[in-house]
Amino acid sequence: MTATVADAPAAPASSAPIPPKRFGAAITLGVVALLSLVIFGFGSASGASTTFVVARPTDFFAIPSFTLPSQLAAIVFSVIGLALAGWTAYRANQRRKVGLWVPVVYGMAIMGALLTWAGAGRDATSIQLTGLLTSSLFLAVPLVFGALAGTLCERSGIINIAIEGQLLAGAFLAALIASMVGNAYVGLIAAPIAGALVGLVLAIFATKYWVNQIVVGVVLNMLVLGLTNFFFSTVMTENGDLNQPLGMPKLAIPLLSKIPVIGPVLFNQNLLVYILYVVVAVLQIMLFRSRWGLRVRAVGEHPKAADTVGIQVNRTRVRNTVLGGAIAGLGGAFFTVASGLAFGKEMTAGKGYIALAAMILGRWSPRGALAAALLFGFADALRAQLGAIGSPIPSQFLAMFPYIATIFAVAGLVGHARPPASEGIPYKK
Amino acid sequence: MKLELRGITKRFGDFTANDRIDLLVEPGTVHALLGENGAGKSTLMNVLFGLYDADEGEVLLDDEPVVFAGPGDAMAAGIGMVHQHFMLVHPFTVAENVMLGHEDVRGPAKLLDLDAARAKVREISERFNFNVDPDALIEDLPVGAQQRVEIIKALSRDASVLILDEPTAVLTPQETDELLGIVKDLRDAGTAVVLITHKLREVKAVADTITVIRRGKVVGSAEPTASQEELASLMVGRAVSMRVDKDEATPGATVLAVDSLTVVDAAGIVQLDNVSFEVKSGEILAIAGVQGNGQTELTEALIGVVSPDAGSASLDGDVITGRSIKDVLLSGIGFVPEDRTEDGIVANMTIANNLILDLHDQEPYAKGVALQPKVIAEEARKHVEQFDVRATSIEQTAGSLSGGNQQKVVLARELSRPLKLLIASNPTRGLDVGSIEFVHKRIVAERDAGAAVIIVSAELDEVVALADRIAVMYHGRIVGIVAPDTDRDTLGLMMAGAHQEEAA
Ligand SMILES: Nc1ncnc2c1ncn2[C@@H]1O[C@H](COP(=O)(O)OP(=O)(O)OP(=O)(O)O)[C@@H](O)[C@H]1O
Ligand SMILES: [Mg+2]
Repeated sequence: MTATVADAPAAPASSAPIPPKRFGAAITLGVVALLSLVIFGFGSASGASTTFVVARPTDFFAIPSFTLPSQLAAIVFSVIGLALAGWTAYRANQRRKVGLWVPVVYGMAIMGALLTWAGAGRDATSIQLTGLLTSSLFLAVPLVFGALAGTLCERSGIINIAIEGQLLAGAFLAALIASMVGNAYVGLIAAPIAGALVGLVLAIFATKYWVNQIVVGVVLNMLVLGLTNFFFSTVMTENGDLNQPLGMPKLAIPLLSKIPVIGPVLFNQNLLVYILYVVVAVLQIMLFRSRWGLRVRAVGEHPKAADTVGIQVNRTRVRNTVLGGAIAGLGGAFFTVASGLAFGKEMTAGKGYIALAAMILGRWSPRGALAAALLFGFADALRAQLGAIGSPIPSQFLAMFPYIATIFAVAGLVGHARPPASEGIPYKK
Repeated sequence: MKLELRGITKRFGDFTANDRIDLLVEPGTVHALLGENGAGKSTLMNVLFGLYDADEGEVLLDDEPVVFAGPGDAMAAGIGMVHQHFMLVHPFTVAENVMLGHEDVRGPAKLLDLDAARAKVREISERFNFNVDPDALIEDLPVGAQQRVEIIKALSRDASVLILDEPTAVLTPQETDELLGIVKDLRDAGTAVVLITHKLREVKAVADTITVIRRGKVVGSAEPTASQEELASLMVGRAVSMRVDKDEATPGATVLAVDSLTVVDAAGIVQLDNVSFEVKSGEILAIAGVQGNGQTELTEALIGVVSPDAGSASLDGDVITGRSIKDVLLSGIGFVPEDRTEDGIVANMTIANNLILDLHDQEPYAKGVALQPKVIAEEARKHVEQFDVRATSIEQTAGSLSGGNQQKVVLARELSRPLKLLIASNPTRGLDVGSIEFVHKRIVAERDAGAAVIIVSAELDEVVALADRIAVMYHGRIVGIVAPDTDRDTLGLMMAGAHQEEAA
């Protein structure tokens, strides 16, 4: 036998199943960008211009307002959108995913085109960029908290549809307690307690009685809605002192808040927004790099495997759901004490569901939730701004805008996102 | 540590999976647990490990009765287990899976110390020649590699009682030998080992004592000196032939023609490199090779799970590549996938429904849009009976079947319609000796009825026993196609990449 083995057997190549190429997202993005090019780009009156105001008088140094030829700017924005669609197609051809920055930048570019188009030829008004970004962030606050709550719950395997109810409960209790004490900040303590209670009910039904989690979530939303309506029209209406519009001052961070654009947007906000920064950062690190996070994710993916290494599955789920509820509740404080408003009936207006969309678009990560929520916040702020400058679009259509953005964002990209494998499935031994 | 089980009874509804079982495992010994599929071996071990609560009976460690509320308690008491159904989190890396539950942390923020986990995986994997990349995602690993990870996981915590539930079902012979070596070392260091396996050679190689259970009861014990035939008949309750009796093949017309089939994976690596061969009606072509050398891609490209990047395959002259999987299956191909839990069954569906997965919209199982539950149930009963699937009823979920019985469900489904071509990957994975005998007979019967058969198997014994011709794969190519009486050294060299002429 004269065997010669040419080379030693190499490591067996992995045999990952080969995913099909998916071009759906790229095509969607491309079509919308093309529409934008046609409608906003070539639709802008040629010769008209759009004025953007960037800096504020209080900044360190002034950036002059600039005026762009509308048509050119809208075309450039649309082309950026097209380029991103092309990039997505290129990656899809290699069977690879795109980062979350793609949909976010894409969304902003298309909305930028819309903005330029709407501001075209209106010399009296100008687009307040800083103001737009500031209110984007502000409007995103409840969405971020809501999406973080959803992320925490779903990562451990519990579907939390009750975010809406948790926001509303938080908003209500924050207003009530803060009014009783006469201090808005106390509301920030009361709000998470309300949310956590809603979360606890969800957790108990889901882990102890194995009730369908979506059903429990919807029922909880109804319940909170009914309860808050009831107390609003009885206790709060009879005694106005229990529902006062208390506000939280903006806290400008020295120096940082003076940076043009970024400063006022990021560092001249109220306490709730600063808390938001901390919560996002801490959760991002904890979920992906701590012992707790590893265990939570294991429980959400394969609870039995987690059980076999000694992790208490249901205990983890209950804790996470309560913590998630608390975070959503805190987000609820945005509607009342953090906005300087009194509590009003149904004042969360479906933000909890948009938060769910942000969670999905953010692919169940805190960082992603933040980015996605900012996109939705931007859409919302844009609507407000367009309304203010008097755009050619009917206001009813404008009101739909954030939701259309949501549908496109979710439909275009979520095909790829994969939820935790065991979400919604009760763990029974 | 000494382990004793006394009178353990475990019921699922009215079904008694364990019936007053006593078991004694002395420290420093290997205790083999033998029994046919569904005998209750895994159930017993899950009770011991705290995953199930026993209905009756007690567990004693070093003569002290212990009660485990969950696996956490069992692990704290020094029990480690390699699970038959891998307990691995798919989107996690190997290192993350190994560290899960006893993670090292570092720094003031107490973040995960992944480097420590990687080092540990590397160390164990090198010590045992396991060749596992700590940063690979579990979902990207073939079953054989997942099995190695599952073993590493158990070995990474020093257990004084180690339960191994069919750890070698998908390992290569070399890996199996390494593992048996480890088992011996652990035994000599004083660990009490419980080994569950259907491979009697392994039992004879390492077991000190043997207990046989059948239908939930202990039916006897044996000495490791007993012959394989004796052990087999004790397990199954009848004499089992360990050889495949078949006549000389009488190949007919070419059924499957594969022409320059090439598959490139997502990372751009060529997994299947210009493979061409033919299989004729009435012959069995066995594909031998170390797992991960393109066998998975070959079978998946044939039935259409992956689309080939070049080349084609045709069945009776009609091209099948590029068609939908359903089309391919309905054109007369049966497929037994390599990973039965992932690709073979739908765990949450009943046995009856699993048996008609591929035919659910065909007569007689469906009329128009309506399923025909009576027909489905009747057929299911027939299959369950014929393939001896041990189940409480055909309405039991497939996921709650024992490992071997899940495999039988897959085989029953694929072998029960008229086939032109059967493609089976590790068809007898996890089956007991009696069932292996039966399945081998069925495969030969399929051949004799005129089907072309492709068997992919990591078991050289099975390859040699079944094949009319053997194709050896290495690095995505077929290095040669040889006769079944080729000697094993030659096959071994070909599996390491030597060409037929060189090896012979
Ligand atoms: N959760 C469950 N619900 C109902 N029946 C079950 C459940 N788990 C196991 N069984 C039944 O208990 C019996 C014993 O199963 P077990 O997994 O212990 O068999 P086993 O001896 O390990 O077989 P194998 O060699 O095939 O792995 C089987 O008949 C199985 O159908
Ligand atoms: Mg078993």
